[in-house]
Amino acid sequence: MAPAAALDGHTKLSIRNLDFFYGTNKALKGIALDLPDRRVTGMIGPSGCGKSTLLRVLNRMYDLYPGQRATGEVLLDGQDILAGSVDLNALRSRIGMVFQKPTPFPMSIYENITFGVKLHERLSRAEMDARVEWSLTRAALWTEVKDRLQTPAAGLSGGQQQRLCIARTIATRPEIILLDEPTSALDPISTLKIEELIDELKQDFTIAIVTHNMQQAARCADQVAFFYLGELVEVGQAAQIFTNPKQRRTQDYVTGRFG
Amino acid sequence: MAEITQHIVKSYEQELQRLRDLLVEMGGLVESQVATATIAVVELDIDAATRTVEQDPAVDALEREVESFVIRLLALRQPVAGDLRQIVAALKMTSDLERIGDYAANVAKRSIVLSQFSLPFKLGGLAHMARLVQESLKLTVDAIGDSDADKAIQVWRSDQAVDDIYTAIFRELVTYMMEDPRNITPCTHLLFIAKNLERIGDHATNIAETVHYAATGDSLPEMRPKGDSANYAVIRPRDERHDDATAV
Repeated sequence: MAPAAALDGHTKLSIRNLDFFYGTNKALKGIALDLPDRRVTGMIGPSGCGKSTLLRVLNRMYDLYPGQRATGEVLLDGQDILAGSVDLNALRSRIGMVFQKPTPFPMSIYENITFGVKLHERLSRAEMDARVEWSLTRAALWTEVKDRLQTPAAGLSGGQQQRLCIARTIATRPEIILLDEPTSALDPISTLKIEELIDELKQDFTIAIVTHNMQQAARCADQVAFFYLGELVEVGQAAQIFTNPKQRRTQDYVTGRFG
Repeated sequence: MAEITQHIVKSYEQELQRLRDLLVEMGGLVESQVATATIAVVELDIDAATRTVEQDPAVDALEREVESFVIRLLALRQPVAGDLRQIVAALKMTSDLERIGDYAANVAKRSIVLSQFSLPFKLGGLAHMARLVQESLKLTVDAIGDSDADKAIQVWRSDQAVDDIYTAIFRELVTYMMEDPRNITPCTHLLFIAKNLERIGDHATNIAETVHYAATGDSLPEMRPKGDSANYAVIRPRDERHDDATAV
């Protein structure tokens, strides 16, 4: 009913004492945060506060860059994903990510969905068709594209492209979806469609969304975390953060008084 | 009034419906309070009086629930246009409904005192007045549930009749008190009872105005049809200001 359901479910992902470095620059300082299972966690804070960095840690994106390292623990169902022994491909199929700008591959709509699935699974043609329909339906895009699956994805509108990227992400059936400002390049109606989609998807997936738009966090998150200068200042249910924040800095930020 | 199109975000739609449901539930509770208070006073039924008073905490709890739900909706949904009007209207209506509940409880309490007197007269106007107030309250709650501006206007227009009876009752009671000082105590209670019923009608009218604004975006005219001239029923002041605060 209310968007912020009670956060008493079990914890899907647990971040413990996490520090992160870009070379010698410490970008995250002692972060401790739990992502409740099948709930939406919104991450807010001014530019450079570390929220996007945190998302990049959660699916080990930083491994692609030399000089970047993380210490501490990130437990996915109790297993530390920062450990060197973790299979990164398997990890990234369990934790999917959608970026700020829609990034469709230069292929057909159909192939955009199947590309990632083929890396992890061997499916028959019929199974693959079913998977494509399932993910496009879950991403609220199926009725709009079902008659032109073989046409280039680049021909879709920005909002449709972003929903395609979400469909592509859920096609590999991840457990967690990370959304990095997924609507900042979209018009208000496309934005609302994505927000409704997030509401739908949380029945099956644990979601973390980074957003510059505080109102968006208010609208779609169950739990909201406020970051500032690499620290987690406050985390609480969305209603609490936006009606009665405990920390002065949170209050100043959400009311637009930040000095 | 027909609901327009649905929100893209379904959970928002459900929340707005829940807000309406909460108000209708509160309205129903308050309606039954006024009904039992009426029985209590017309039939001097102590049981009914007790039931009326006992419903008060439930009404208060609903008021708090509506208030915190409204704050939550304002903070999390950033409502605009018709949604904003509806949500702000809910905040106003819940406090009007709560007042109506209080007045009903007060009527009930006074009816208990009244039952200890043997009255040498029969006050027929009171039952009639209570019936009119109940009718307009019922229409008001319907208007809330359906966001119906036409029903709201109907309520808004009907308050005049209640005011007229109130003025008549006022005159009648003053006469009884002048006849025999032993009538003063029960008559004073009866006066307050009548006044409370009249105030219930006023709050129903307030709600009707709010429903109209929420549904259409237009306010009803400042001056509503008003017939309560009990202020001046005994002596007419030279300076005839409309000042409700000094009403009996």
